[in-house]
Parts: sequence; C-alpha cells; structure tokens
Amino acid sequence: MATLTITNGRVIDPASGLDQKTDVVLSRGKVEKIGKVSKPGGAVLDASGCIVSPGLIDPHVHLREPGQEDKETIATGAASAVAGGFTSVCCMPNTNPALDDDGRIEFVYTQAAKAKLCNVFPVGAITKNRGGEELAEIGLMARNGAVAFSDDGIAVASASVMAKALRYVASTGRAIMQHCEEPTLTQGAVMNAGVLATKLGLGGWPGVAEELIIQRDVMLNASIKCRYHAQHLTTAGGVDIIRRARKAGQPVSAEASPHHLLLTEDACSGYDTNAKMNPPLRTRDDIKAIIKGIKDGVITVLATDHAPHTREEKELEFAAAPFGIIGLDCALPLYAKALIESGAIDWPAMLAMMTINPAELCGLSGKGTLAEGADADVTIIDPSESWTIDVSQFASKSRNCPFDGWDVTSRAIATIVGGSIKMNRDKARLKK
Amino acid sequence: MTAAASKYVWSHKHLLGLEHLTAEDIRFILQTARGFEGVSTRSVKKVPALRGKVVVNLFFEPSTRTKSSFYLAASRLSADTLDFSASGSSLSKGETVVDTARNIEAMGVDVIVVRHKQSGVPQLLAESVACSVVNAGDGAHEHPTQALLDMYTMGQRLNRPDFDFSGLNVAIVGDIAHSRVARSNIHGLQKLGANVLLVGPPTLVPRTFEALGCEVHHDLDAVLSRIDVANMLRVQFERITSQAFPSVREYATVFGLSAPRLAKMKKDVLVMHPGPINRGLEIESAVADGPNSAILQQVANGLAVRMAVLFLVHGAQYMNAEGENDE
Repeated sequence: MATLTITNGRVIDPASGLDQKTDVVLSRGKVEKIGKVSKPGGAVLDASGCIVSPGLIDPHVHLREPGQEDKETIATGAASAVAGGFTSVCCMPNTNPALDDDGRIEFVYTQAAKAKLCNVFPVGAITKNRGGEELAEIGLMARNGAVAFSDDGIAVASASVMAKALRYVASTGRAIMQHCEEPTLTQGAVMNAGVLATKLGLGGWPGVAEELIIQRDVMLNASIKCRYHAQHLTTAGGVDIIRRARKAGQPVSAEASPHHLLLTEDACSGYDTNAKMNPPLRTRDDIKAIIKGIKDGVITVLATDHAPHTREEKELEFAAAPFGIIGLDCALPLYAKALIESGAIDWPAMLAMMTINPAELCGLSGKGTLAEGADADVTIIDPSESWTIDVSQFASKSRNCPFDGWDVTSRAIATIVGGSIKMNRDKARLKK
Repeated sequence: MTAAASKYVWSHKHLLGLEHLTAEDIRFILQTARGFEGVSTRSVKKVPALRGKVVVNLFFEPSTRTKSSFYLAASRLSADTLDFSASGSSLSKGETVVDTARNIEAMGVDVIVVRHKQSGVPQLLAESVACSVVNAGDGAHEHPTQALLDMYTMGQRLNRPDFDFSGLNVAIVGDIAHSRVARSNIHGLQKLGANVLLVGPPTLVPRTFEALGCEVHHDLDAVLSRIDVANMLRVQFERITSQAFPSVREYATVFGLSAPRLAKMKKDVLVMHPGPINRGLEIESAVADGPNSAILQQVANGLAVRMAVLFLVHGAQYMNAEGENDE
C-alpha cells in the first residue's frame, strides 16, 4: 500500500500521551513514523487546523445483519461509522439468528471484508440465542474472533448463569459486556420511572434495576475477576458502584452514550419514540453524575449503542415502538458538546475514551494508538467546524435520531482505515 | 359572564387530555354541555349541530358504555356515525394505528374518537390526520370525557353551577397507578380548585403522585371524615392476578366503600364510580344504589358532555384559517 503523510495536524495519541503539532507517515497499512517529514513521499493529506487521532473505535453498535437488513447491514453500518470518523466498531450479537456460534462470528468478518469500509469486530452472545440459560460456545467464538461477550438488549438475569459466564469468559481473556437491567423490575417499562412517566401513563424503568445488576455482578465477580464492562450507564447510583469496584481493584469498566449525556427523560413528553431508549433517558442529576464519572476516570469508554430501526417501527405507539437510536454518523460532535464544550474534559481525554480505552476493552491489538507499527487507522477531526446534523444525509440506512437539526461543532473530516482513505470531506487537503 | 369570560374563544381542534387545557377551557366545555342536557329529555332527541358530518368511533380496546355514549352523542348532534373496532395493537406486523386512522380519514371523516390500550395514541393520530381527534381513553394516560362528566355531575349535585370546586376534598380511591380516569380527574379537579386525595394500597397509589399536587393516603378510614366526593375506581382483574394486593377479601375490607364507612362520612358526601362496578368489592350495593350515589347520573351526563366535546372540537376546525387554533 502506498505511503500517505498527514501533515501539520495536532497529533493526539492518548495511548502514549503525545499531543503536538507534527506529521504522521502511514505506509503498508501501518503507522511508519510520527515526526516532522521534510520531503514526504507519496500522497499528502494536509491536516492544518485539525486533530490527528488514532482511528475512533465504537465498542457498542447494532448492525442488524443477519436478519434485520431492512434496518441496517454490516455494509451500511460500516458506511455510517466511516462517515462519523470511526475506523472500528464492535457489533452486538442480538441479530437473527444471534451471533452465538463461531460460524456466525466468521460471517461478520466476511461481510465486513466485502464492505471494505471499516473494521467490524463481532461481540459473541454469552448464552445460546441470548436466552439467558445455557452458555453459548464462548471458547470457539473467542478463537474465531469474538472480541467480547454480551447478551446486549437483555441482561443475563440469572445469578447462577452469570457466575458461570464470568468464570468461563475469564478463561478466554475477553471481557463480558453487561446490559444492566434487572428484568423483573422493568416489565412493561418504556421510559424512566418518575413523575413524567406517571403523567404520560407509561411504564417506568427504575434506576435501581440497573444498579442491582451492576452490584450483583460486581459481587459475583469479586473472586472471579473476569474483565467486566457495564454498557450504557445511566444512573448516578450505577456510577457509584463502578467507582467503588474500581477503587477495590476490580477489572471493571463502564461506558456512556451520547443520548445519556445530552438528553433527559423530558424528551419523552409528547410520546416521541426517538426518545425511547433502553436503558432510558434519565434526569439532569444522572447526567451530572455520569459526566463527573467521566471526569474522575470512573467511566472510561464512550459508545453510541447505534440502534437502527425503520421509520414504520418508530411511527408506532410509544409502548410498541422499538428502543434505541442511531449514533455513528453524529456521535463525535455530540460527545464534544457534552464533554469538551461543557469544560468537563479536553480533547486528549475524550479521544482516549474513543481510541485506546475501547481497544484495550476489546483486546484489539494494534488499534487505538498511533504508535509506530500500529495499524494505520486514523481519524482527522476539525474541532472548529460548525454544522447542523441532518439525518437525511446520514450514511446509515435508518433515520431514527433525536439530534436531527442540532447545531454542533467539530467533525470528522477524514477517516483512514488500514492506510486507505475511506472518507474525505475536503478533497483540497489531499495532494497525490 | 365577566368581561374576560366573554372574550373567551374555544380553540382546540382535538381533545387529547385535560392536562393541557385551562380551567377556562374546562368550564367552557361543561357550560356547553349544560346547553345540550335538555336534548335527551325531548321527544325528538336531536339537534342539527353536526348534520352532514361524520364521527368515527375507532376503538382498539373493548368498550361498551363509552362507545355507546359517544355513538348516541354524535347521533343527537345529527352526525353520521361509524363504528370501527380493531382488535389488538399494531405491533411490527400488519397495519399500524396511523395507517388505520389515515384510511378511515380518507373516507371523509370529521372527528375520530379513539380508544387504545397504549398511552399516547390519540396524540400520535392527531399528528397524523387532518380531522379532529377525541381521546376516549388511552392506556394509563387520560380519559378526558370521563373526568369531564364526573366534574359535570359534581357541579350539578353539589350545586356549584359555575364549576368552581374550591374547598372541596375529592378522594379517588383504588388503582390510581394504572388509571387514566384518575389522571384526567386529577388534572381537571385541580384546575377547578379542588383538593385531590388519592387513596389505595401503596402498590396502586405510589408516592410519585404527590409531585402532581395530590395527597396520597393508604388508609381510607383516616380520611373518611374529610371527603366531599368519593370517586371509587373499578378494581381491574389484572391487578388481582398480578398481586398488586394480596386478595379481593383484603381489598374489599380495607378499601371498599361499605355502608358502615359511608355512615362515618359527611352526610351529603357524593359517591361516584366510572363503572362498571364490582358490587361488594370496591363498593357495596347499599352504597352504590343509595341516595349519596351519583352513578347513573354520571352515565346520563356523559351524553351531554360528549355532545359538547364533539361540537366544540369540530367547530375549532374552522378557525385554522384565522390562526386561532393552538393545537
């Protein structure tokens, strides 16, 4: 593969602590060199005024293939990722059939290779058909490239199955990603439990249902010490439990999603189904606690929970419409709005949560860093570009996004995967 | 009428709930209902207000009395009526609720009266069709015409013709958590000045309702002497199977309105029930059929109130051009 030199950008590599204006040379699919280049050979991408980051990684997306290709495919999901600056995504196994054996894990790699857009890493199911009863073939899936294990969409509800899963997954070195929801407390629940749900006459999803599962898992895991990751954290109480577990030295991490950083349950008034998420949008205080958790290093990963659904499904009654929204196309500026524009953290800290931290969570060696010899996955970000989110322009197949029409600042302007440019918004910057 | 009141103009094309109406709006509906009350007692029980108009009853949930009441109300306004019963909800398969409503609207309909087991469906339809939408009960959200007829009955029986309920303690007893009747009553009664007490077991009357400005009580006997109006809600069979309370016997004993309890209440306490009643469960027959009861009067008043609602929402359609419609 040809050489590409990215010049004059602010190179931020959180893995090494690098943050300086310099050049990056990519060659043969790898990072060849970081440092000033006087006479670049090959193509040159001018990154003046931009941040040059390791390729962004989203460890939590739903690509719907196989089984629900009317919502998204691996190819369209990867296109959405590339449009938003992501070079790697990890897709959840709640497909139809579920990703619960090695053949299906391989299928994801095959489809991703055909799409030739970004890296797509499958997360395998913890239990067969995500049924919560029998362990899936975790060992075989791990050998065939499952980067983590999750029954996402539902929690592993049984404590005994969860204890077994923690032990078993620990032996693979992979992480368990838990969708934290005690199901007996969320029957018929469609939004945060509270005054608004009471007024709207909608079933309430209490925060304690999240906290109970996290607390239970942390206790189960105390002696097992499997790497444990709480998905899409929404409650102040959940943040506290993770904080204590990390303090106690447990291998526990957690992620936050754009919508849980920017929207409260108030978005549900008027029965807007684009505000229907699982776990639900909560309160100002929860958002504050999550942002504090990020500042304090309790929550170390950002993840979109990109969840495509068709227009027809989202036009149903609130209770009947499916949970979730898409996020890949517009996540970066939304994170920046919530975390950088608010003054909570700076670019290097935020990019760590989108590069090296998810890479380590999912054991993606050679990813998430611009170290020499690492994979040539790079995202160029213009931190000052102001633009308006327009879902009609999204690369995703779906349009279910409550941020349509939001004015945001910062944008991925080029996405480079394995040394080749997959997205470039400003052709003038590239000289061949 | 005061000068301010005379300037009042009804501007709502839909009736989706009472939460977003003003006290003035509610009183205007109730006063309009009073004008229609006489129609039912005439030998010719019809007025030509909606002649040539079409009112559709779009019921996704079984209903006898509400549906019949809307049907008769529309008939007495001389509208053509159509009953469209659809079973079940529109999940991913089949026609969606919105599709169904758009299809019916395409037949040339002026008002859709909708009932659905899911909260928010009337609002969804109002956003999707051009005609008026009247909520006949959506999930656990609102049942505005039931609350309106309850308030109309209170005005009548308590001799408050201006529908000012200041100083009244109205108790709603039973399954508040799942009740759309309770929610509409809470919004309406508070706007008209009443103090609302919610009474029932903690599983059915959660503390969250205090945030809506209500008193929450789990001991009916402790508040009996304060109550001016007792609205006894029907105990739904599902709540028994889901163990929201331990047994029917326990519920009837602790929260049922029995004759001995009635004897401890104010002499002229008004007893109401949205029906259908479970005799011997939430209310004893002697109380339901006794002089304090307004149960049948509620049903009769339902007609006048629904006539008023159909008449007003339809009339508001023609104010669009002047930009006075606020929904």
